[in-house]
Amino acid sequence: MARSRSPRGGKIGIPGRVLGYLLRHAQNLLGALGGLCRQPLASLMTVSVIGIALSMPAGLHLMVENGRALSGGWESTLEWSVYLKPGVSERRAQTLANELQGRPGIEKVTVITADQALEEFRIGSGFGEALELLTDNPLPHVLVVQPSADSESAGQTTQLADELKQLGDVDLVQLDTAWVHRFHAILDTVRRAVTLASAVLALGVLLIVGNTIRLDILNRRQEIEVAKLVGASDAFIRRPFLYNGLWYGIGGGILAVAVVQMVGFLLKEPVSRVAGLYGSDYRLLSLAADEAGLLLLAGAVLGWLGSWIAASRHLRDMDPEF
Amino acid sequence: MIRLERVSKRYPGGSEALSELNLTIEKGEMVFLTGHSGAGKSTLLKLLALIERPTRGQVIVNGQNTAKVSRRRIPAYRRKIGMAFQDHKLLLDRTVFDNVALPLVIAGMGRRETARRVRAAIDQVGLLSKEKLLPMALSTGEQQRVGIARAVVSKPDLLIADEPTGNLDPELSLEIMNLFARFNEVGVTLLIASHNIELIQRMGKRQIVLHEGRLQDDSEATGPLHGAV
Repeated sequence: MARSRSPRGGKIGIPGRVLGYLLRHAQNLLGALGGLCRQPLASLMTVSVIGIALSMPAGLHLMVENGRALSGGWESTLEWSVYLKPGVSERRAQTLANELQGRPGIEKVTVITADQALEEFRIGSGFGEALELLTDNPLPHVLVVQPSADSESAGQTTQLADELKQLGDVDLVQLDTAWVHRFHAILDTVRRAVTLASAVLALGVLLIVGNTIRLDILNRRQEIEVAKLVGASDAFIRRPFLYNGLWYGIGGGILAVAVVQMVGFLLKEPVSRVAGLYGSDYRLLSLAADEAGLLLLAGAVLGWLGSWIAASRHLRDMDPEF
Repeated sequence: MIRLERVSKRYPGGSEALSELNLTIEKGEMVFLTGHSGAGKSTLLKLLALIERPTRGQVIVNGQNTAKVSRRRIPAYRRKIGMAFQDHKLLLDRTVFDNVALPLVIAGMGRRETARRVRAAIDQVGLLSKEKLLPMALSTGEQQRVGIARAVVSKPDLLIADEPTGNLDPELSLEIMNLFARFNEVGVTLLIASHNIELIQRMGKRQIVLHEGRLQDDSEATGPLHGAV
């Protein structure tokens, strides 16, 4: 219309508009926080539910991480016995050991020659006199291979064993692999379960936030209708609800971090006592800074998204009347 | 300013609220819309506010065919029209100042300019001393005046009012109508739905009478009688 100038004011430049836009968002952001603080109990309930929902996958994740760290410790004590074919010379055994030493996934290779083995057997078995009767040493040379700690997954372990079996001079690779396999398979399963649980709980957080925002919208129906009557766009009306959701999510994220760290703190002492009894200096891992940050981010994103879905769905239907 | 061409509005229930209505209101006019309840007054205002869409016909407001205003553009369209309501539709948890400021806040106006315009609007309705009060602390007439201040704060060219004096006694009603007449004097086009026949005749403005969705009477302005304006 001719007489009424653009309400933003024609003389404000682009930087001014951007500044104004940011200012309005900042006002909304703080306004939403203020609004939530005015209903501390209701807000706290929502934040708690979100926090608990987020702390579950975070806690499970931490459990898996601890399991990995623990099994990594065991891994370094595992040794593989690689029996070479009879007739392979001692020098050949040494060369092979040196070759394997350089391979990825292998920490250390030591050679037990047939003579050493026979000597050990003679002392250890009590068959000393019987062994005197043998003209030849029936034992092969053995390479004791210690895999490196970072080849922790079940797949990698068996792959390395297969590779060793392929070597021409190798007769037999022996390792008590069954329990390692089982343990790694369990870890893999748990890790997948954590991923699935995270997805389900993320959906839960979306629904919690969505429902809270929906109730909030219904409670403020009159206000929304008036705002629509005087020309508020859906985006304008939606904005404070989005920031509400964002704060719910961030609050839930902070609470989840606190819960996980608290549980970790409470378990630290008993865990290190158990570890001490086993002669280990194992320490419980807690959330790293980047993991805690990720948890906060997840909360913020889910909060925003949940409120966006709820607001978009319900504000549309809310047409004014007079 | 407003042109209706063969406008019909049928609600899903089947009743026809408006049928084949033709109407033109020029820029700067002040027009009263009267008729019994259910004559189509509210429907007509709703079509102008784009709360409802006509079943047939065209509604043209300020040269703009409202059929061409998409859902997304409705808020921008409404910002150019002032609206006052019988129940004034104030937000009860916000002060007089904040209520009047709402359209400007929505339009994204700067804080200083908003404050200046809000005070000017509140001053025009004579409530400057009460800007910090909540609506519940005001009398019904004062609440209605706050509603009017909110309707004019963004300086619309067109102001529509639905029974603005419906809840007021004759003296306050006259006061409100005189307020409208003052806005009219500075060029605002007004369309006021009311069934307060006595008051309307006293104002001496153009009068459109609807009956069962049709134009029954359209009398020209006669000039105010003694006591008005």
